[in-house]
Amino acid sequence: MSVAIEISFTLNGRLVSARIPPTMKTLTMLRDRFGLSGTKYACGEGECGACTIRVDGKTQNSCLMFAADCDGRDIVTIEGLKTPTGMNPVQKAFVEHGAVQCGFCMPGMIMQADYLIANNPHLTRQEAQRGLEGNLCRCTGYTKVLDAVESAVEQKCCGQC
Amino acid sequence: MQEITSYLAPRSLDEALQAMATGDVTVFCGGTDLAPQTEAGVRRYSTRLMNIRRIENLDGIEEKDGVIRIGALTTISEIRRHPLIAGAAPILAEAAEHFASDQIRNVASIGGNICNASPAGDMINPLLVLDAAVELASWADGAQQKRRVPLEHFFTSPQRTVKRADELLTSVTFRKPAADFVGRFRKSGPRPALEISTVSVGVGGNFSGGVLRNARVAFGSVAPTPLRARHVEAALEGCKLNADVISAALVAARSDAKPIDDVRASAWYRSHLLEVFLEEVLHHVRGN
Ligand SMILES: Cc1cc2nc3c(=O)[nH]c(=O)nc-3n(C[C@H](O)[C@H](O)[C@H](O)COP(=O)(O)OP(=O)(O)OC[C@H]3O[C@@H](n4cnc5c(N)ncnc54)[C@H](O)[C@@H]3O)c2cc1C
Ligand code: FES
Ligand code: FES
Repeated sequence: MSVAIEISFTLNGRLVSARIPPTMKTLTMLRDRFGLSGTKYACGEGECGACTIRVDGKTQNSCLMFAADCDGRDIVTIEGLKTPTGMNPVQKAFVEHGAVQCGFCMPGMIMQADYLIANNPHLTRQEAQRGLEGNLCRCTGYTKVLDAVESAVEQKCCGQC
Repeated sequence: MQEITSYLAPRSLDEALQAMATGDVTVFCGGTDLAPQTEAGVRRYSTRLMNIRRIENLDGIEEKDGVIRIGALTTISEIRRHPLIAGAAPILAEAAEHFASDQIRNVASIGGNICNASPAGDMINPLLVLDAAVELASWADGAQQKRRVPLEHFFTSPQRTVKRADELLTSVTFRKPAADFVGRFRKSGPRPALEISTVSVGVGGNFSGGVLRNARVAFGSVAPTPLRARHVEAALEGCKLNADVISAALVAARSDAKPIDDVRASAWYRSHLLEVFLEEVLHHVRGN
């Protein structure tokens, strides 16, 4: 039997701990140990972005991340984006623009869009397109995704300036 | 499922090197190469697994005495945005710009890209153009042992390097290029990102009055290792970059490249792409 690793970290604002095998990936831990099934498994190889989470403020593919590396870190999943009053503005924009078809790619797409906007309040459509390159949608709804991101940027901008 | 008897996440370089001195350890940083390779079964873990991401003072980009040093843990995202790189070695930022996706770049390390030793490793090409060297550290006689290896002599065959199993790559360094240095990079791919290079070309040198001096040319994915294209360099050295010189460089490229057929492209297509890219990059250099 491989050794078990004890880790503790912040998950969507709460301090949690887990005992996991050394090669387990973060995606598996989130889904199977914490029941957070919003983060999706699709390619399992870093190509599609369905498993995107935020680690210490930066997005990465949880399918490639060793769960043991979560120790001491601040992890946010799609479940952690919601605000006390409901969906966050990026989630709302996706719904309002009908950017969602089957929805499978959406948690990753929204995590990445939210990250892009948080880091660049004046994100252009072209920058959004480049920033979302690591997120594949097999329903190919990219135009509406970009519309949604653009409108989320506008809302954020107007609130600020 | 293979048995792993210990998982290490050292905070200091000493601790990491001491562990490596006592036998086989599988090292990872971002894990973006190691995770898919082990999942696909093309690589096995040894009984000890070591995460080097927490080692202190092994990341960051700094300049000292005219030398730029990039710590092994530095991510591709950091290189892509760093003002020192943008100012002194934009060819590295150019390669970072065309590297994977945001989610990968945020964790993929420069050390991992070099040590994975893929002929398609995208940061290797511009580092060869910058004539970089790597620093390797190990533990012996109760102290850190360090050696420097020019990047050009680091790779021996695909996934193989001169680095011993007990050595960690700690940094990559290169002389800050002079103000007249021009460097350009081009990799293949129908889209800007998430594309493993079918061919990559980097060209650099001191360029003034239309003449290229200290020409350095690197090719990726056209031989078992990333390489310096010495025949092309000789064809360009000290020459005015006119149509004749560029034609001669394209002919010389055939002596440097040893492309093969594989899942991504045929050898014929690679040779063709290489010429097209080399010509394009040389025109970019000339346009500077
Ligand atoms: C979807 C996807 C897209 C990709 N796109 C690109 C691309 O466009 N261009 C490209 O070049 N690569 C690409 N890669 C490959 C990979 O992301 C890079 O090679 C990356 O830089 C590896 O860094 P890492 O820190 O994740 O390495 P790891 O996977 O952690 O390690 C890679 C190897 O290096 C060893 N190692 C790591 N650091 C050290 C060190 N400091 N000292 C000694 N040994 C060490 C490890 O033992 C391992 O063998 C892609 C990968 C994926 C999954
Ligand atoms: S499931 Fe992780 S990138 Fe596709
Ligand atoms: S909405 Fe179906 S995969 Fe994107």
